[in-house]
Amino acid sequence: MGAAQTGYAGYAGYARAAVAATGIALAAWAGLYLLLTGRGERFNVGGYLLRISPYLWGLYGIALCIGLSVVGASWGILIAGSSILGAAVRAPRIATKNLISIIFCEVVAIYGVIMAIVFSAKIANVSAESGFSRSDYYTGFSLFWGGLAVGVSNLICGVAVGINGSNAAVADAHDQQLFVKILVVEIFGSVIGLFGLIVGLLVTGKAEDFAGTA
Amino acid sequence: MNEIYFNVDAGYLEGVVRGYRDGLITAPQYLNLTQCETMDDLRLQLATTDYGAFLQNEPSPISTSTLVARCTDALVAEFQYLQQNAAEPISRFLDYITYGYMIDNVILLITGTLHERDTHDLLDKCHPLGLFDSMPALCVASTVQELYSTVMVDSPLAGYFRECLSAEDLNELNIEIIRNTLYKAYLEDFYAYCQGLGEPTASVMGEILRFEADRRTVNITINSFGTELSKDDRTRLYPRLGNMYPEAQTRLARADDMDQVKAILEQYSEYKSMIVGVSLHAPADGDGRGAQSLEDRFFGKEVQLNKDAFEQQFHYGVFYSWLRLKEQEIRNVVWIAECISQQQKDKVGSYTAIY
Repeated sequence: MGAAQTGYAGYAGYARAAVAATGIALAAWAGLYLLLTGRGERFNVGGYLLRISPYLWGLYGIALCIGLSVVGASWGILIAGSSILGAAVRAPRIATKNLISIIFCEVVAIYGVIMAIVFSAKIANVSAESGFSRSDYYTGFSLFWGGLAVGVSNLICGVAVGINGSNAAVADAHDQQLFVKILVVEIFGSVIGLFGLIVGLLVTGKAEDFAGTA
Repeated sequence: MNEIYFNVDAGYLEGVVRGYRDGLITAPQYLNLTQCETMDDLRLQLATTDYGAFLQNEPSPISTSTLVARCTDALVAEFQYLQQNAAEPISRFLDYITYGYMIDNVILLITGTLHERDTHDLLDKCHPLGLFDSMPALCVASTVQELYSTVMVDSPLAGYFRECLSAEDLNELNIEIIRNTLYKAYLEDFYAYCQGLGEPTASVMGEILRFEADRRTVNITINSFGTELSKDDRTRLYPRLGNMYPEAQTRLARADDMDQVKAILEQYSEYKSMIVGVSLHAPADGDGRGAQSLEDRFFGKEVQLNKDAFEQQFHYGVFYSWLRLKEQEIRNVVWIAECISQQQKDKVGSYTAIY
């Protein structure tokens, strides 16, 4: 098995190197082509970012906020839940008590939902004639980064609470007195998600609703 | 980062095995067991433990051999439950654990055949965890070549047999050499496998297996005194790992008596405390509670290491450690049962307590 595995890994390595080399060669060719034909100013990252619609930024932010939060919550439930299941085989009494760990993980997803609702309230229709104002661009960017902050912090928080919940389950099955002590640690873990929620609210607090250049 | 994905495959089983660990007999229960006057008392006390269900259908004057068999049944039932529910990385890990029992069974069968025992009796005596399909055919082998080409080549142990093939015929000494060569190859393979599983399995299992290797090294050295095993052969039987590899192993290979072994062990802090006050010269018949044999000390240290494995979560070491602790528990119960049935109550205290 060992030899076959190294062989396979070897081929995968070659394939990766080939793809990377092709990509670099294409990028270099395109870059040099633009540069040498006098169109080098088309490498304009700032201009590119500004051409992206603020709706896209805002909606990406909302999607990342709810998406990453749900991934964090479900991952936490996976980690805690499987341990609760195993530990409850011998000590069935822990099952109900340790549902609190699952609830802590679930709360993380609820943070994501709340923030996504708050963020989406700022999305409004802008008619084609009026166009986007500077304020709309600010709203789009703040929704994106606020949503990303909430999503990532909830992802980490969900995993942290899940691992802690798994510890709590096996510890509780071994010794009942340990449950409350580990629960305190778990509460501190679940507060991390709340930090993300607060920062997300502050980041988007000054953003006006989409209105266009009235 | 291991915590993040470990529970996907192993979360349930880890919880289950930790539950099994909580079912191990504790110090107060041992105290009750040692105070039993008859085997029936003992059985009554054991009814409250995990063994209760396996003992309840036995007819009343229960013998120690039945007790061993039923206790082993309890262990095997729990282990097989784990195996049946295991997915890839753990199922392989659990298979590795059973290879050790397979080696013991192979040696048992070869030795039995050498002494012309009945095949069925021998198969009954084999450890149930180490059974494999072609085992009954072992009894027909008379040379090592035959043994390999007819039986072992299809078993999981085939790879370990590589170094044994030089041995010519099957006599007492060669069988012992085969056992130790097999076990050496198994230990090295298992160690490499565990190191490949990543942290924290690698460090937890590494510590346990290095100790196991050291224990085997010392035992091989002690058992080879006064036999016709040459010192070169002795070196070849040492596992190439452990805390004493390679420096102390080369010196152990040249040792001629127990005092030299003791001097070498004293240079290792983890073994120095272990050999203080050990009666080195009579390891076989322990003379009562006062003088523990080196073997007992090794068992004590093993229990300690295996208990430490439960201090961390999210690693495979707990499966191995639980099995070792359970085996030690069965040894304890059997010791207590033997003491009771042979009316030797003054020696009943020298079991290796676990929790």
